[in-house]
Amino acid sequence: MTTSQSTKTPSATAPPPKRKSKLGPMARREARLALWMLAPTFLIVMSVVLFPLLANFWISVKPVKLSDLRPPTPVVSERVRGDMDVAGQEFRIQYRMRNSSRKGDITDVVLIDTLPPGITIITDDPACTVNGSDVRCTLDQLEAGERTRLELTAIADESFAANPVSPRDSEPTVTGNAENILTNSEFTLDNFARIFDSREFWSVLWVTLAYTVFGTLGALVLGLFAAQMLNKPFAGRSILRGLFLFPYVAPVIAVAFTWVILLDPFNGTFNAILQRMNLADEGVNFFGQRALPIDIFGMTIEFPLALATVIAFEAWRYFPLSFLFILARMQSISSDMYEAAEVDGATPLQQFWHISLPQLLGILSTLFLLRFIWTFNKFDDIFLLTGGAAGTRTLTVDVYEQGFALSNLGAGAAVAVAIFVLLLIFAVFYFKFVHREDS
Amino acid sequence: MRIGTGLLLGLLSGLLWGAIAVAITGISLTLITGLAATPIMSAGALGGAVNAAIILMRAPKDRTPGLYMVAFAAVIVAMMLVSFGAPFSLAFSQNSLTQAFGVGVIALSVTFANRAVLNDIHSGMLKRYSIDLVIVRVLKGFGFVFFSVIVILPFYVMVMTSLKNQQELFLNPLDLSINLTQGAASLFDSYVELFTEFNFGRFLLISTIVSVSTVIITLAFSIPGAYAVARLNFPGQTVLSSSVLLIYLVPMIVLVIPLYAVFSQLGLRNTVVGLLIVYPATTVPVALYMLQGYFRGLPAELEEAGLMDGLSRFGVIVKITLPLALPALASVSLYVFMIAWNEFLFAFMFLDDPDIFTLSRGVVSLNSSEVPRQHLMAGAVIATVPILVIFLWFERFLVQGLTAGSVKG
Repeated sequence: MTTSQSTKTPSATAPPPKRKSKLGPMARREARLALWMLAPTFLIVMSVVLFPLLANFWISVKPVKLSDLRPPTPVVSERVRGDMDVAGQEFRIQYRMRNSSRKGDITDVVLIDTLPPGITIITDDPACTVNGSDVRCTLDQLEAGERTRLELTAIADESFAANPVSPRDSEPTVTGNAENILTNSEFTLDNFARIFDSREFWSVLWVTLAYTVFGTLGALVLGLFAAQMLNKPFAGRSILRGLFLFPYVAPVIAVAFTWVILLDPFNGTFNAILQRMNLADEGVNFFGQRALPIDIFGMTIEFPLALATVIAFEAWRYFPLSFLFILARMQSISSDMYEAAEVDGATPLQQFWHISLPQLLGILSTLFLLRFIWTFNKFDDIFLLTGGAAGTRTLTVDVYEQGFALSNLGAGAAVAVAIFVLLLIFAVFYFKFVHREDS
Repeated sequence: MRIGTGLLLGLLSGLLWGAIAVAITGISLTLITGLAATPIMSAGALGGAVNAAIILMRAPKDRTPGLYMVAFAAVIVAMMLVSFGAPFSLAFSQNSLTQAFGVGVIALSVTFANRAVLNDIHSGMLKRYSIDLVIVRVLKGFGFVFFSVIVILPFYVMVMTSLKNQQELFLNPLDLSINLTQGAASLFDSYVELFTEFNFGRFLLISTIVSVSTVIITLAFSIPGAYAVARLNFPGQTVLSSSVLLIYLVPMIVLVIPLYAVFSQLGLRNTVVGLLIVYPATTVPVALYMLQGYFRGLPAELEEAGLMDGLSRFGVIVKITLPLALPALASVSLYVFMIAWNEFLFAFMFLDDPDIFTLSRGVVSLNSSEVPRQHLMAGAVIATVPILVIFLWFERFLVQGLTAGSVKG
């Protein structure tokens, strides 16, 4: 189907026919078919993933605020002054125009309106031309925040006066050209200067790394533990396996808010349990307290409580994933090895250490790298739990903070660029590593 | 009775199980019945140790049911003595039946746990193998308790909170018992309010429409793509099949600002259509990767036979490949449905209009000081139940999807 079409209309994806190619005609047709079948995927990935990735670099060097996304537009309201229902009586039609933006000018403003039949324009505004019932006004420029008024004087005839129709019934249309801040050639490095200068950025980077490393490790260790428990068959194993996947399958908003309420310092269940068991004197603000002083042998250590809680949540929510992969790999380890080890008198812990772990090393390292990158990319969890407060702001939350909370899209994009560059470094590392694994 | 590492490990295991059993039972009693119980850990720990000691008094092969009965009774006696007759810090006259039940459960679970751990263990000096065995058993048992608690507790709190009212919640946050006498109408008050006043019926509908449409669009895009990558030869095939995974590594938050800017200017931002452009873009690469793996595993001979018999490529895909790949299609569909249903970031950034809120966006709008928390939890339950029901129903497919796609999250 598509092959016959594509031979008639050369497409951008098809190779030019004159080019010398090693491929035979059959193979070329197959390649062309393949490209057609992949075209929708290419299109959507290009436009929604790759284009925005590049656009970030563009936005990060532009002074764009959130409010700039609404381009300057001319706004008009039409008024009628005087009596329309007296024949021969003069009345005025006013167009009050204003520029919606306080920053950008609008050029070549054109206003078009239709007047009801039966009224005659006697004096028109210098900016306007009247042709029968059509009114067309042009303004060269409407400056930022400027308000202006165009006025026509009109007289109604007998039939109109007897049954007046307001000229306001026909909405005037107004158009104009405004410079779009996203596409103009104004560039700045302020965004980068702003984010790198602030000492906050480096603490955000540290928080990100701590969150990523410990969140990943936590999820892996919990997953390994859970997989080890469910490795051998027993009654109720499949039920437990299903149950253990709940944290991952449930929507993030549901589990995040549940944890927030569970750990609420004033009337959360968890704090009530702690107090009931005499483990805490008063409610602990798990998501709101930046540092918890802990005395160890006379030394006070500032324990980053909110960050640790967020990391615990991350480990809780994503252990099911590592659990699933590790369990699948464990099930594929041949039982012969364990039987041989058993005969040789290896203890259970030795079996785990010397047989299971080396066999799992491949999946563990792959999982670590993948989860490392995904945890690094994670936004929803921290945003919903703490909103980035109390020392839990990671780079991804900083994108939101800069771009939307502080309304500075350019700075947000600059943080996004920093994330992207760090990810490139991870990705290079990852592919080198995976490459080595394969070979 | 010999005295050695066996006894020592047994006592330690008993202490641990006793403490855990008391803590879990005490808290469960409080959460389920609303009884103001404060479990006395030391009483339980001592009871557990006594229990282990009694079991270890006999050699493994001489342990009779009678011995376990004695051990069971010993836990009760020890607990009652140490806690002066108030194992939950409550006078035993108060809710005596519930308290007796709690003590019974503790004694029973401690006896079972100790029996499982010390089944073939004697009290004398143990070999390294047996020591490890005890440690592994204790760890495993602890793991079961730990994981069950951390998974069940939040979901239990979510459901129970949604069924309470404001006053009850402030009065005693530990009391998650349900007063069934109040009648269904008052019990499901939060849900009724969400559906009548907060428009949750509509959110549910929008979420369903968005998720199902995302699945359809994703399949429509990824099936031909996956087939091409799996079966057709073209330059760059290998590069493509491996680089598809790179899309996995792109964080969504990085795409938010440019997409927000462009979609605002195109008028797509505050629309369902906008979501239906973004969601498939994030799921198509995953789906393509999962499907091409499955397509490769199908016998190519069947398709070649179809081509020989005069079917077009399209015919081959529809009549031969897809019916064979139904399990994979089911996995991919469920997985994509889950991603779309749970998606929060773009729904939050793009949607301002309450008429087109998805459930995720709707629940976030409940997170304000003006909306009581039981409403928030009811919203969370409404968002969670459909996806969990689907998950439990099709667990096999979804688990396959999760592992095959080595998914993102």
